[in-house]
Formats: sequence, C-alpha cells, structure tokens
Amino acid sequence: MSAVLELSGLTKAYPGVIANDDVSLTIQPGEVHALLGENGAGKSTLVKMIYGLVKPDAGRMIFLGQEFAPAEPRAARAAGVAMVFQHFSLFEALDVAENIALGMEHPPNMRDLAARITEVSQAYGLPLDPSRLVGDLSAGERQRVEIIRCLLQNPKLLIMDEPTSVLTPQEVGILFQTLEKLRSEGTSILYISHKLEEIRRLCDAATILRLGKNVGTCDPKVETARAMAEMMVGATLHVPERKPHERTQVALELRGLSLAAPSAFGTSLKEVSLNVHRGEILGIGGVAGNGQDELTAALSGEMPVAAGQLWFEGQDIGALGPNERRALGLLAAPEERLGHAAAPDMSLTENAVLTATTRKSLTRKGFVNWRAAEGYTKEVIAQFDVRTPGPHTAARALSGGNLQKYVIGREILQDPDVLVVNQPTWGVDAAAAAAIRQALLDLAAGGAAIIVISQDLDELMEISDRFAALNEGRLTPPVPASGLSVEKIGLMMGGAHDLEPVHV
Amino acid sequence: MDLSSINPILLVASLMVAATPIILAAIGELIVEKSGVLNLGVEGMMIVGAICGFAIAVQTGSPFVGFVAAAFGGAVLSLLFGILTQYFLSNQVATGLGLTLFGLGLSSLMGQGYIGIRPPATPRLEIPVLSDIPVLGPVLFNHDLMVYVALGLVVATWAVLKFTRAGLILRAVGENHDAAHALGYKVVRVRLMAITFGGACAGLGGAYLSLVRVPQWTEGMTAGAGWIALAIVVFGAWRPFRVLLGAYLFGGVTVLQLNLQAAGVAIPVEYLSMSPYLITIAVLVIMSSGKAKAALSAPACLGKIFHASS
Repeated sequence: MSAVLELSGLTKAYPGVIANDDVSLTIQPGEVHALLGENGAGKSTLVKMIYGLVKPDAGRMIFLGQEFAPAEPRAARAAGVAMVFQHFSLFEALDVAENIALGMEHPPNMRDLAARITEVSQAYGLPLDPSRLVGDLSAGERQRVEIIRCLLQNPKLLIMDEPTSVLTPQEVGILFQTLEKLRSEGTSILYISHKLEEIRRLCDAATILRLGKNVGTCDPKVETARAMAEMMVGATLHVPERKPHERTQVALELRGLSLAAPSAFGTSLKEVSLNVHRGEILGIGGVAGNGQDELTAALSGEMPVAAGQLWFEGQDIGALGPNERRALGLLAAPEERLGHAAAPDMSLTENAVLTATTRKSLTRKGFVNWRAAEGYTKEVIAQFDVRTPGPHTAARALSGGNLQKYVIGREILQDPDVLVVNQPTWGVDAAAAAAIRQALLDLAAGGAAIIVISQDLDELMEISDRFAALNEGRLTPPVPASGLSVEKIGLMMGGAHDLEPVHV
Repeated sequence: MDLSSINPILLVASLMVAATPIILAAIGELIVEKSGVLNLGVEGMMIVGAICGFAIAVQTGSPFVGFVAAAFGGAVLSLLFGILTQYFLSNQVATGLGLTLFGLGLSSLMGQGYIGIRPPATPRLEIPVLSDIPVLGPVLFNHDLMVYVALGLVVATWAVLKFTRAGLILRAVGENHDAAHALGYKVVRVRLMAITFGGACAGLGGAYLSLVRVPQWTEGMTAGAGWIALAIVVFGAWRPFRVLLGAYLFGGVTVLQLNLQAAGVAIPVEYLSMSPYLITIAVLVIMSSGKAKAALSAPACLGKIFHASS
C-alpha cells in the first residue's frame, strides 16, 4: 500500500529564522500520525505548507502518488487535504451553515447544505444545529463546526492543529471516538499536539520536530511520555519540586462575587466564592471562555466589584483600582503577555515601571527614577533567567517563554502577599514552564497566597494545593488537588456540554 | 408664522430627493464597512464626484454621462485610499481623513471654471398612470431616475448580502480576515472591490447634489453630507433597510427645517439648520447606549489592518 503523503526535504526560511529545515515524513493510509514539538519548533509552518498557505523554499511533496504543490488552500482542499485550525477559522457573527459553506468549493444551496450538515453530524456523533450563530457556541461545538466542514469534503488527509487544547476531558474522549471512526474508514490524520498522553492514546506513529528539524520518529504506543518529551526538548527535563510549606490564615476571600459580562461575547461571573490562604496555591481550571479573563480582571482591579464581595486580609477592597491593590500586596499577571501584561513596543525597563512603580518606588514626585527602574529590571532578568540582550529591549522582541518569565518575575520580585496569574505557561516551552512553576511553588513556600488560573490541567495538578473549576462563570467549591481523578475534574469543568458519544 | 403653508405631499416628495445623496453614499460605505474597512473619506469622494459629474455633464450636455463620470471619479479617489490602506497598510482613520481633505481641495481646483453655471436638467420620470394617483403619485412616482436607482441599490445590497455567495464572502472577510485568509479567500482583493464600489456610490451621491438637488457647483457644497452618511451606517447597524430609514429620517428633518424657515417660525435660522445634525447625534447616542446590540452587528474586523503573516 502506497503512502498518502510523502514529504521529503521540505525547507522554509523566514528572515532570521529557519522554520523548517530539511523535514521529511511519510503518512500511511488510515494512519493517525502525530507531529510533536515545542512551540516554535516549526509544526505550524509544516502543515501550512501542506495546506497551501505557505510555499516551501525547497523540497517536494507527493500526495496519493502525485507531485503535490498547492498554490493556495483551495487547491489543497480540491486534492483532498482538509485542516482543522488551532485558532478556529470561524466567523462568530455568521451561522453554522454559512461558516461551513465558506470552507467548501462548491457549496450546495443553503437548505440542502443544512440537511447534509445535520446528516453528517449525526453520523459522526457531533450534533450541530446549522442555523445557530457560531458566536453563541461553546469551544467544543465550534470545533465540531470545523470538523464537519472538513468531513463534508471527504478528505483523504485531515490535519488537526492542537485540537484538544480547548476541550474538557470528556469532549476529548468524544473527539477521539470520531477520529477512530474516520481512521477505520481509511482517512489519514496528521495530528499536531504537545500533549503526550493523548498522542500515546491515539496515534500510530509520531514525528518529532525540534528547532525546525526532524529529530526522529517513534511509535508513541511503545515510547514513554517522558522519553518523547526529552526528544522534543533535547535535554533532560527538570520536574518542579514542592517544598513542604504550611498554609496559614486566609489572605484573600471572594464572597458571592457577581459581575456582568463586559462584552457581548464575554462571560458574566455568577456567585463566585473562594478563599486562599497564605502558603497555598489555589488552581482554577476550566475551558477557555468560561470567565477566566473576567475573574482575573475582578481580582486585579481592572473591573471594580460591588462592596462586600472581595476581601483582602479582612479589608473590603472591591472598589480599589489596580494600583491601590498593588500597594496593599495583591498583584496580578494577566494571560495576554503582549498587549495586556506588557506594552509590546516599550522596553523592559519601561514595562517594569508600569506595574512595579508603587511597591518598588520607581517614581518620585511624578518623575521616573530610571536608574532604580533599570536596576529592578536587571534583577528580574538575572533571577528569572530571561534571555534578552538587556533591559532596553522592546517587550515584543522577546520570545513567548522569555517574556512570560519576565512578566511573572516582575510580579514575584515585588514580594506579593497574594499573586493572581492567568495561564502562566501558555505557549511557553517546557524548560521555561518548569522554571515558572518552580518560582510559583517557591513563592508559596515563602508564605504568599497564589491563585493560578490555567487551562493546562497537568500544570494545575502539579502545583496546586486545592483545585476549583470555572464553568460558565460559576466556580465549583475548591477541593484538595492531590488524588483528584481526571473524570472528577472533567465533571467539575462542566462535563461534555451535552455532547453525545459516537454511535458506531 | 403660518404652518398651513407647508404642503405635506410636497414635503414627503422632497424628502425623498433630499435623502437620495445620503442613501447612495451610505449604502456604498455600508459595503465598505461590511468588508472590514473604515473609509472616513466619504465626504471627499462625494465632493469629487459632485464636481466630476457637474463638469462632465456641462461639457457633454448629458446628465447621464455626468453621473457615470461622477461614479468613476469617486471610484478612482477611493482606489487611492484602497492602495494606501491595503498594500501600504496605512492607518485607515488617518488615511480616510486625509482623503476628505484632499477631495475638498481637489474639487475646488477642478471646479474653478464652473462656478455659477447651470447644469443640464435631469429629466423627471413622470411615470404614466402611476404619477397621476393622488397623494401617492407625486410622492412616489414623479422623481428623476437616480431616486429609483438609489432605492434599487438598497434592495440589491440587501439581497446580495443575504442570499449570495459573494455577499457571504464579503461578510466573512469583514468578520474575521485571518480566518478568511486561512480558508484561501483573497482578503485584499475583496476589500479593494468593496472600497471601489463605495467610492463609486459616494461619487454618485455627490453628483446628485450638484446636478439635481442644488443644482449648481459651489465649493464645499456637500456640507457634511458624507459625514452624515457615515453616521447613518452606524445608525442603521450595518443593515441596508435601516440605513434607508436613517437617510429618510435625516432627509425629512432637513426638508422640514427648510419648510419651517419658509413658514417663518420664530426660531433663529441657525438652530433650524443645525437640527438635522443634532438629531443625528442624538439618535446615534441613543443607539449606541444599547452597547451589546450595536457591538453584535458591527463587523468584527472593522478598521483593523490585515497583514497576511503566514
């Protein structure tokens, strides 16, 4: 049996960086092939070449025995390649059928299309109402729209870019059943992920990329997750260690916090209650878009909350703004590194002044004390191993992992009593992520209270003392994190959002 | 003061005429904004259309050729905006404002020799039988061709946006240009076509002012009509028929204040001239206070620069 897709020697360079360097791989019919690698290893560039979004500089592709060089996605789709994007390529203000029609070459008229959507979605256990607005759908349902858009074209090769990063464990299970059914029908799947356990569950073969190069293939069913992780990183992994520490008095408390959604597609917080003790890390999980950003904003002071709902060491601080909260000792690091946590075009020193001015006295009578600011920035850079030419570098010039280390370090070195971080290691390479987690553990051991909001459940299990989940703006009561099963977490996160398992 | 001198039938008939330039410009801008581009140069494109149409109509003696030239002039000017914003990725707000200033200056230059001339008259279509119906006849069926062209354009725009694949692609590009690009649609090309269409419509609207409504050429004669058209697109929540309604509302107030002035209402003329603008502002404020509603209907990529990074 001949291969579905054969890549040989694919190379693509961007100014200053070689995204793909002589990459080869082969996908067999009916095979689920994993493409593994850290952020920035060149996975996305590789699949964009297959999908016709990027032209390779060198190398050749053979698809179904024929030379394959799609000039645009349309050509790739016509040949039988379909792709589910990581950041959904959906249009929120259009309905499901319109979104699907946009991804097809020759869509039938809307009524027939709606009927086919219903038919296909039932057949694969992914029920969808064609007339609903995509903006009103959950992340899992949005992914179904993408998948069905692909399935309607009967693809030979389905590319999935990080499909599970937005799903609850139950939704992942249903997705895998759908993929198994596709595989049994002979469709090949190129599956991009960095979640190793999933790959071990699902995939038949894996190709590992590091810094744009193919560093090996393996059978994920045989290899251990740790061995694959070390192939991805190219070094031995340092696992964060937890020092014994004890929790003492309550530092921060939410009493029935309710907050209206700030925008049409935002989430309102409903009766959120929690407390976090000194010396403790409270992990808050949940699928993206269930109120994480709103909760961060309410805690940091970007959105003021009603009186009596937010208490810091026995003081009602709901009406205080971010700077007043920082002065008290409540610091926060939001999710979006560029544009929210840091101003992209300003230097690291200037960015340090923006949040550390109150606690580190970097300004005097309205004048910035640049010497002190630069000293503080250098301290952050040194202590958190931020790889950068110096404190004058613009924030946007740093890689994701380095900027995240800087953002977290900038808050930690201000010696907070309570620290709120949202997605501390999102899109950060494994080594930097381990360093950040270690820093958070050390801070808690030093007596600070920490709230970590994250969608990475492994991370939360690794560092939190207690775990709670956000689901549509409601927070579950926190439970001790040790010994918590994946099923229990999944249920806390809202289960499968009425998904049905596939009927094979 | 004699309010009885105001003839309601004539009032409504002239309302339709007063609203036509704004309908034309606003429906063009609606298409532009639906594609995700904010072109603040409507005023500039209108006045260039006004002088192009006027000059060519005077030279050829044919108002029809004048209107074609106006559409062409507006389209050429809008392409300047299109190239700057789509290829050179300039800021849309600044470029649009620049286009308005440029258009005003260019039109004064072009209009040097045309001040005080009367253009050839645009014939009214006195539709037989229908125009003889009492009340409805003079109101609806006794206008020049452009009034009906403008109405037809509104209906066509609605139908294209709602029912056709071209309309779907246009909305998709305005809603999420990255996703549209990822699916293989030519974002820049779609937007350039929308911008050109918007320019042509604004040109027609301007020519309607100089050839029918006024009809003569004076510098700065659009007098803010382009801005009103921009406001009406927001007022109409990017929906063609609500844009039509907004244009009629504005046209109605304009005509009413003229009639009130003529009837000798004891209010200073300045207040009356101001009133359509005040009412437009008031309506916009009321509209946008229902935050969620307006946000839902605005194209999500409106005014954002698209750069294919992959």
